[in-house]
Amino acid sequence: MNRHTVRYYFTEGFRGIFLHAFSSFAAVGVITACLLIMGSFTLVAVNVQSMVTEMEQSSEIVVEVDDGLTDAAAKSVGSRINRLENVYESVWFPREEAFALFTEKTDPILMQGYTPDIFPHRYKVYLLNVQYAEETARDIEALPGVVKVDVQRDLLNSLLSIRRVVQVVSLVFILTLLVVSLFIMQNTIKLATFERREEIAIMRVVGAAKGFIRWPFVVEGFILGLMAGFLAYFLQMFAYNRFTESLLKPITPIQLVSFGELWLPVMAVFLLTGFLVGVFGSVMTIRKYLRA
Amino acid sequence: MTLRIDDGEFVFLVGPSGSGKSTIIKLLTSEIRPSEGKVMVNGYNINTIKPGAVPLLRRTLGVIFQDFRLIEKKNVFENVAFAMRAVGAAPREVKKRVPYVLDLVGLSHKARRRPYELSGGEQQRVAIARALINNPMVIIADEPTGNLDPARSLEIMTLLERINALGTTVLAVTHERELVNRFAKRVVAIDGGRIVYDRQGGYYAGEQRKPGARE
Repeated sequence: MNRHTVRYYFTEGFRGIFLHAFSSFAAVGVITACLLIMGSFTLVAVNVQSMVTEMEQSSEIVVEVDDGLTDAAAKSVGSRINRLENVYESVWFPREEAFALFTEKTDPILMQGYTPDIFPHRYKVYLLNVQYAEETARDIEALPGVVKVDVQRDLLNSLLSIRRVVQVVSLVFILTLLVVSLFIMQNTIKLATFERREEIAIMRVVGAAKGFIRWPFVVEGFILGLMAGFLAYFLQMFAYNRFTESLLKPITPIQLVSFGELWLPVMAVFLLTGFLVGVFGSVMTIRKYLRA
Repeated sequence: MTLRIDDGEFVFLVGPSGSGKSTIIKLLTSEIRPSEGKVMVNGYNINTIKPGAVPLLRRTLGVIFQDFRLIEKKNVFENVAFAMRAVGAAPREVKKRVPYVLDLVGLSHKARRRPYELSGGEQQRVAIARALINNPMVIIADEPTGNLDPARSLEIMTLLERINALGTTVLAVTHERELVNRFAKRVVAIDGGRIVYDRQGGYYAGEQRKPGARE
């Protein structure tokens, strides 16, 4: 393939876009719409996932330390807990703090005569992955100086269930949308190519090699795909920011993941998907006309 | 059927509808393979030709159709040039040869026009220019005057005769009795897939009406 030929493919690819402006517009429109639908759903899933992760990280295991230990020995239990694999951090929660907190919430008359000694020293342990909370709790229980480990099983199980549901539903929806999008996009490209079957037939009659016929369509396909990817990216960014800033923020304290944290993967996925759909759509469709 | 056409010949292939004329063209351009017998075109054996060699065979042929088959969205120059680009010619060669061939068919002044801006005869001349651009050994014209009035038909056939005089073999499939008889070239008539008449400077009586057929 010499440089004249490569230049010809690109020139023809670009010309094809403008010469068949309506089908190019339809292809870009359909690919953009499909990317936006998939992108929006993925962003919803990412946010739900992020909320669940945040809730998981704020859920805690409460560890009671043996009353017989000195303060120094009780504190050293914390460093042993921190060394465990699934522990994000352990926070020292002395009996005085527990007593103060309890007193705040209780009628002072009832608390008369009590001292902080009625509470044990405690640790609040935050985990890296709540899925392994039971195993981590057993490891903590086995440490010397620990008398009781309280795992909030119901809450953790609920969070785990929510996470699993979100994962499965997201996967099913995204895959379904992907298949539907591919089908719609292939049909749009098929229509665009059908319009040019006569051109392909003439090329074959004059002795054009299959590659020569195919390449301008491939170039056209990937340019259209990339255009759709860029367009979808900017529309997605605009819609997401508008939704979070103007619609969600005034009515709810929910904090969505900022688009600034997501722009790179969103752009990469949109451009890659647009590119692949454009190229494969063209190649698959044109194959039919190149047979025989 | 045994049919041999030598280099530099001008042959009219005539016959009624369904006689096998289109099948012969499809065989010559390797659109279909022979079920039996042997077909050789410009040194290519159509019985055994590999798919990759089909474009190479077609580059030795220039095919002209009744309906011109021009690309509506390209102008005259581009319609001719793209056939040359399709065989890998450099832009410089294209710029040099296309004006020459357009001049040969008398259309150099309409190089920037689109097909819909041309008359039927002019469109067919563009198709002839496209067929000629790669200097083919054989021009195959499938009813080239089928969509034209008698004056334009005569022009096109005269143009094909001139091309033939320059050394290119011409095979013209036609129904036009007057044209065939006027040019007095070799006439091959087929019917039912068989050659029923083959004579240099031959005469074509036109399609025989079948008994009972309506006007």
